[in-house]
Amino acid sequence: MDLFEYQGKQYFAQFGIPVSPGGAADTVDEAVAVAEKVGYPVVVKAQVKVGGRGKAGGIKLADNIEEVRLHAGNILGMDIKGHVVHHLWVERSSDIQKEYYASFTLDRPNKTHLGMLSAQGGVDIEEVAASNPDAIAMLSIDPVRGLDLETSRRWVQEASLDEVAREQAAELLVKLYECYTKGDCDLAEINPLILTTENKVHALDAKVTLDENASYRHPEWEAFRATETEDPREKMAKEKGLNYIGLDGTVGIIANGAGLAMSTLDVVNQVGGSAANFLDIGGGANADVMAAALEVINADPKVKAIFVNIFGGITRVDEVAKGVLEALNRVTISSPIVLRLDGTNAVEGRAILASHLNERLITEPTMLDAARRAVGLANA
Amino acid sequence: MSIFVDENTKVIVQGLTGGQGRFHGLRNRDYGTKIVGGVTPGKGGTDVDGIPVFNSVKEAVAATGATASFVSVPPKFAAAAILEAAEGGITFIVCITEGIPAHDEAVTYNRLVEDFPGVRLLGPNCPGIISPGKCNIGITSGDIALPGGPVGIVSRSGTLTYQALHELSQQGIGQTTCVGIGGDPVPGTNFIDCLAAFEADPETKAVMMIGEIGGSEEERAAEWIKANMTKPVVSYIAGVTAPPGRKMGHAGAIISGSKGTAQAKMDALAAAGVHVCLNPTEAGEKMVEIVKGL
Repeated sequence: MDLFEYQGKQYFAQFGIPVSPGGAADTVDEAVAVAEKVGYPVVVKAQVKVGGRGKAGGIKLADNIEEVRLHAGNILGMDIKGHVVHHLWVERSSDIQKEYYASFTLDRPNKTHLGMLSAQGGVDIEEVAASNPDAIAMLSIDPVRGLDLETSRRWVQEASLDEVAREQAAELLVKLYECYTKGDCDLAEINPLILTTENKVHALDAKVTLDENASYRHPEWEAFRATETEDPREKMAKEKGLNYIGLDGTVGIIANGAGLAMSTLDVVNQVGGSAANFLDIGGGANADVMAAALEVINADPKVKAIFVNIFGGITRVDEVAKGVLEALNRVTISSPIVLRLDGTNAVEGRAILASHLNERLITEPTMLDAARRAVGLANA
Repeated sequence: MSIFVDENTKVIVQGLTGGQGRFHGLRNRDYGTKIVGGVTPGKGGTDVDGIPVFNSVKEAVAATGATASFVSVPPKFAAAAILEAAEGGITFIVCITEGIPAHDEAVTYNRLVEDFPGVRLLGPNCPGIISPGKCNIGITSGDIALPGGPVGIVSRSGTLTYQALHELSQQGIGQTTCVGIGGDPVPGTNFIDCLAAFEADPETKAVMMIGEIGGSEEERAAEWIKANMTKPVVSYIAGVTAPPGRKMGHAGAIISGSKGTAQAKMDALAAAGVHVCLNPTEAGEKMVEIVKGL
């Protein structure tokens, strides 16, 4: 789950990472109230989960109440690369002396954590990384040992942060690492991490991605979840516990396992069709989950045929078959269903469906045959 | 021969008394795997369909001589269960649990490397390992595998592992061992570990490698193949048409560059001399052709 900047900053603050005084606002009046409280000048920032908002006019400086009203009014409702602005973050403006970059993420090939720190932060960090990789000090961190202050001090020196910023930055990085690990982040990134003209170091932006697998130990994440806006199809799927991504094609896809679901998309594409969605019912799906999956696909008016591609492992094919029948009893499925069933309890599963097969409920022996049949029906 | 396990491997199931553990543990035993015990704290002294249950891995190992463990416990207990297995003397751990927090995986992996260098972890979030006719640990349906070799399979995706087995078995091509390494961020065993083991196994004559988008493990495997592999490799990478994933801030772009797309992986593998196929069926057909020409 990606957080908005303001949520990221609130999360940072819980771990003692300094951020500018500010507050979130969903209306012009709320923005004004925050500005009056933190003092002018303030920065009014659009809260969208996409980069390039500054260039799109989503970040404005305001020196007084009139300017806050003007900018907040303009930015709320603005469309930035397809993301409509519903939230603002208003904070006390900072006088920037230097912009740094700092982040922690998982180093997958090395199976350690990776810290990245640069004295050349700001909007062009990716170009810096490409043209002058030495400008980024990479630190490999053993997850068992973690990051201590000593190591952090050597790191800020290696990254050539300004002398005056080093001790504050070293302390801040230890806190950011805590936020990253104890806070179960996939990514904790600050760009820019600034040195102010008063020689203070703090986070001017926050990019945080949380690991959904850890949500069981973070009940506080519920507040973040409430602000997620989604494709209505995806919302419905999530409520039913399904991993669904909406696409633009005409063949509805249901598969078990992300790999098989991706492969199903590939095969549908190769035989001349286009997928309406990616839907992984996961491991161990039962009849209820299968029925819910069919209902989600059925709600998409673009779907002309449904391809159910199941290779049972944890998922038992007989359960899948029961789910198909249950869905057919519960709702009218408006598209023909083509099934390919193999794996655990496939014989039992096929037997359950045998007496129900007709021109709207079809089984095919292989993945490729089923893809061709479904695409043929969708394109008919 | 098979890799990592064989007909003599003695296996305990951590979580045997749970729904999943019982279902798959008993299926593994029915397949012929030596499932010698189960572990569930507080249920020692009971049994599951004749399989003795112990309170701890240590007790189970002492009583049965098991060297392998099948970990089938919920995500919040999985990391502790893996470490308990290593501490209890198990040397090969298969963890099928899906949904373990990434930070737990990172700590567990590194703890194993540092404190138990002789222990191999397969998974988490993987279908397990099957050496047809000899040993099946995990959730793979045994009847889709065919004994006798000569193909080794390594796959990052669960269901595509079954698909690969199925494609080969349908064509009468057997497997030495099929390893599902799982797609989690910190896999205990990676492509290169399996490729190296297959390269060293005299009965494995060719390898099928199934990858998917994301990360750079396939690219690293391609480099290894180019430098070390003498046996033919057929590969399929899922996700050519997958919806573009979200970008993880700048950090993801700085680390990965153009790596991670299906196309980049296929290009890297093709450049290493691997037969790259566009779907699982094509990969199966290509392997049939290679095996017939051996």
